[in-house]
Amino acid sequence: MKYKTLKIFSALLLLLTSSGCKSVKEYQKIYLNDAEMELSMRKVQQTENSFQLYREGASGGNGGKSGGGCGCN
Amino acid sequence: MIRIPIIIIAFYFSIVSVFSQVNTDTTTYATRKLKIDEVNFVGSYYQQNGNNAAVTGGIGSEKLRDIPTTIDVRMSRKDKKSRLHSYAVALGVDSYTSASSDKIDPSTISSASSSDQRYYPTFNWQMANEKTGNTVGATLSGSFEYDYFSVGIGVQGSKNSKDNNRQIGLHLQTFQDQLTLIYPIELRSGRPTGMASRNTYTASITLSQVINTRFQVMVQVDPTYQQGYLGLPFNRVYFSDNSETIESLPESRFKIPIGIRGNYFVGDRLIVRALYRYYWDDWKLNGHTIELETAVKLTPFISVTPFYRYYKQSAVNYFAPYATQEKSATFYTSDYDLSKFESHFAGLGLRIVAPDGIFGLSRWNMVEVRYGHYERQTGLVSDVISIHCRFKQ
Repeated sequence: MKYKTLKIFSALLLLLTSSGCKSVKEYQKIYLNDAEMELSMRKVQQTENSFQLYREGASGGNGGKSGGGCGCN
Repeated sequence: MIRIPIIIIAFYFSIVSVFSQVNTDTTTYATRKLKIDEVNFVGSYYQQNGNNAAVTGGIGSEKLRDIPTTIDVRMSRKDKKSRLHSYAVALGVDSYTSASSDKIDPSTISSASSSDQRYYPTFNWQMANEKTGNTVGATLSGSFEYDYFSVGIGVQGSKNSKDNNRQIGLHLQTFQDQLTLIYPIELRSGRPTGMASRNTYTASITLSQVINTRFQVMVQVDPTYQQGYLGLPFNRVYFSDNSETIESLPESRFKIPIGIRGNYFVGDRLIVRALYRYYWDDWKLNGHTIELETAVKLTPFISVTPFYRYYKQSAVNYFAPYATQEKSATFYTSDYDLSKFESHFAGLGLRIVAPDGIFGLSRWNMVEVRYGHYERQTGLVSDVISIHCRFKQ
């Protein structure tokens, strides 16, 4: 893996876990709790993710499968 | 090409580094009885076309049509210690036709795999403890088709921070696959028959963080190890002297995908969802993926979502096009899924939530439709349209 990419991800992780984040109370989460704000992959995307898994060499890292299955066609 | 997305992502996170959290349901359930929470139906139509079929050595039609449908039922109950148990039972069925599979044995009118069905049941259980912020769970899944079957077993756990603004999760998963050795008709003589195995092991680590009242992010790393028969026995390869054999690939593959996803609620009507993923494996395939979606809320219950996805990968070490492979090589493939290319995927989604029900059906409270068009630099094009219907108690 490229060293530069690793450095960038490390910097982003550091940013995420740094004290820059604000503690948000439950009653302040009206926007975060909106169904369209979910961080997981949406059900309506599952076929898209499935064909991308087989038509492309990369997989995983996006909430979808990272292996298993045939992809025979 | 890589610098632009990294700069964009860095920009997103630098703007909002002042914030933080995780989307956690804090609903309390009074009942201890098992009850159905929701039923989901997802149906899709997918079609593709291209001229680089691996079955015919990197030339020939890649025409394929697939109609996948899944239905899942989600249930929950509380135990005596007030822990929430969630159960999901799902069944998926794919029905497809493939022009290239028909070339495994072109002398027949239609070979066995030219049209087939795939069945894939899944069972998932999760137990969440609100007091401790801990969740544990397990998944059992299967996938069955004419020449392939796969069993998946997974366990997962996650921990929420005290303020529910951060969550760290670990998901261990294995797929134990068996494939039937079906060779091209002219290459069957003298080759072993029966089944071959392919095993996959994944340790998925996720970190979700609320940045502020409008922004949350998630980092996911899925190191994956595969071993066994990783090629396909019916994929032909033609050498530069025009002689023919079947695809040969190493018996192990180690992959490291790293993804970072961020969702930002802008104003009262716009949600921006972004993903960047870097991928590396020891077959020397590198990939970069960028996804950007903007959900526009026309009303509190109706939203439209234009989206765009860019993907780029390098070729694996063993790839060469039709009739250019060297006979001296140990491993070789002409599967264009493993070649160097860029791809673009764009489309539009529509989501309608109806608290009083859709078409007068009070329990049908959400429908989402999504269409996307895909173009790969190799000439492969595809279209996919999906519908998701959710029924709630």
